[in-house]
Amino acid sequence: MLNQDLLQKIFYGAMGLLLLALLGIGMGAAGAPGLAFGLFAAMTLGGALMCVWERSVVRSAFSLMATFIGIAGLFILLESDFLAMAQILIYVGGILALLLFGVMLSPPDMEERSLKRVLPGLGIVGVATAWISWRVADTVEWATASAPRDGMVEETFGNAQRIGVGFLAIDQYVVAFELAAVVLTVALVAAVYIARRKKSDLEPETPKGELG
Amino acid sequence: MGLGAYVAVSAALFAIGIVAIVTRRNVLYILMGIEMILNAANINFVAFNRFGDNGLDGRMFAIFTIILAAAEAAVALAIVLNVFYLFDTVKPSDADLLRE
Repeated sequence: MLNQDLLQKIFYGAMGLLLLALLGIGMGAAGAPGLAFGLFAAMTLGGALMCVWERSVVRSAFSLMATFIGIAGLFILLESDFLAMAQILIYVGGILALLLFGVMLSPPDMEERSLKRVLPGLGIVGVATAWISWRVADTVEWATASAPRDGMVEETFGNAQRIGVGFLAIDQYVVAFELAAVVLTVALVAAVYIARRKKSDLEPETPKGELG
Repeated sequence: MGLGAYVAVSAALFAIGIVAIVTRRNVLYILMGIEMILNAANINFVAFNRFGDNGLDGRMFAIFTIILAAAEAAVALAIVLNVFYLFDTVKPSDADLLRE
């Protein structure tokens, strides 16, 4: 039976191979932008795989940071600078910090890594996703999918202003924007209400004399 | 890189998120898996918006997804904390009060 150290080395070796393969594929396909794409894709997928792989929750949460930053890089490559900034601000700065709070407030839990459970799960889900992707790619006709629209680059690089106008213009997204504000308010108030300890929880259950 | 590359990355991230939800026995991993899945959807939205011909819709969708993910993470963590106070565990299979 393989021991944990060897497994760890094999896994991180595979991660390095994934990085090199994605860099090579990107470089071969599109030169320097492809190289950046390969780097960000490797960060995204490698971070996600490490999150699934690592035994300690803290390590998983921090490897998720690589995923989020890689996705922000992909957004920049897709010319969505505002989204990339929002991604880093909200995911890395907000949701990840929240997750780490959850990690700190929950018990230390180094669960055993059982390859018997992880590998079949990875296999089944991978095959299912690959099959669905193949079916979709086979049946859907993506007429405009091959190349970006002409003139898109100058038009939307730096599209924060357009997004801001879209949020507030009465004929665009203002209803959704206000609804999102309401949802956020309700959700955060609800979160505070749920997470707060009730007054009865704070009182000691045993009388003072028995505490010794 | 073309649209296919982004969609492939998104599909792989989605699959890994499902694996995180299915194979790990800790509520926090389920939350992380959900974040991964939402992010995969976001990559798809932005990629199709970039390569398609439909204004700003995909990016707006991605922004609203991020907003809802933030709300979801806050509420879910509050629930996790409450479950931990009640059951002294973060394993979802141990929170079985209704079964008895």
